Amino acid sequence: MTNERNGDAIVAESFLDVRAKLLEVAATLDRIDRACQSETLQEAAQSKRDLLGEATKILLSDAPNRAEQLQQLFSREYDADWREQFGFTAN
Amino acid sequence: MDYIDPHIHMVSRTTDDYATLARMGCVAMSEPAFWAGYDRGSVDGFRDYFRQLTETEPARAAQYGIQHFTWLCINAKEAENVSLSREVIAMIPEFLDKPNVLGIGEIGLNKNTKNEATIFLEHLDLAAKYGQSILIHTPHLEDKYQGTRMILDMLCDDQRLDPDRVLVDHVEEHTISEVLDRGFWGGMTLYPVTKCTPERAVDMIEQTGGERLLANSAGDWGPSKPTAVPDLIFEMRRRSLPESLIRKVVYDNPLEFFSKSKQFNFTPRG
Ligand SMILES: [Zn+2]
Repeated sequence: MTNERNGDAIVAESFLDVRAKLLEVAATLDRIDRACQSETLQEAAQSKRDLLGEATKILLSDAPNRAEQLQQLFSREYDADWREQFGFTAN
Repeated sequence: MDYIDPHIHMVSRTTDDYATLARMGCVAMSEPAFWAGYDRGSVDGFRDYFRQLTETEPARAAQYGIQHFTWLCINAKEAENVSLSREVIAMIPEFLDKPNVLGIGEIGLNKNTKNEATIFLEHLDLAAKYGQSILIHTPHLEDKYQGTRMILDMLCDDQRLDPDRVLVDHVEEHTISEVLDRGFWGGMTLYPVTKCTPERAVDMIEQTGGERLLANSAGDWGPSKPTAVPDLIFEMRRRSLPESLIRKVVYDNPLEFFSKSKQFNFTPRG
């Protein structure tokens, strides 16, 4: 199914909303950096900060499924052997 | 437009919410059993909760012309207490013949632990033995992908279960395809912060065509919006999507899925 609206219309109606969201992201990253001038991030926070950096790279790509890729980036891995690890016997 | 909210926790909402939902076109809802915000101490705590779900809420909804249905289980969070879970599972059949019960739910995983998986499997066994439909909760945030895959593994391992009688809820961009491709129904939950916005939900409807897809508010005691389904309808209209597609997602699909439960008895508005 394709969206009935064309790209021009979507850009026009979403521009201010996306602009505001990007500004929030930019200001948050600035805020983190300012706080890090006095002390560096702990390991757990640093790995989260790194994920945010990875996420912005996905946004810059031309992939058709950027939302799905972000979801995957923020997800724990699936291990098909989970049943064995739990001691379950698969049918 | 008349609509159905297939996943909303009305025990946590005020009577004013029933009134608002009725005014916005809600004609039916289904309420899965879930976590109360604290761990219940005994099987009798669940028995009282199931009475609330099968007696009190249908009466409260009926005052506003809304038909209330429900699903019973012990939720994944409390499934960490395996012995209590088994007592609750053994007690559930007392309620399966109540007129508004559609099946077992919302069962699933929360942190994808062994105890959660054990109790999930025991719920599947209960559903298979009693021929019940199933409503599934998938975990949130970083646990969703792994947990959804584990849930699908367990569902597909059990040959007694018909995917057409299972609704896998809280699907998002990275889990929706696998759920629908394997023949299950998928539910999109419109919920602030941890789940999905109406805009992203409509993107998924556009990309999948809306087949076997439902939308719900999951309104509960947390930050949530019980009127989220009307927000989705509004977003679909804003995009000039056909009324037939809107109706399919918010009315026809829930009706078709609920109709697989033998006790589902719905009277459309005349
Ligand atoms: Zn729920």
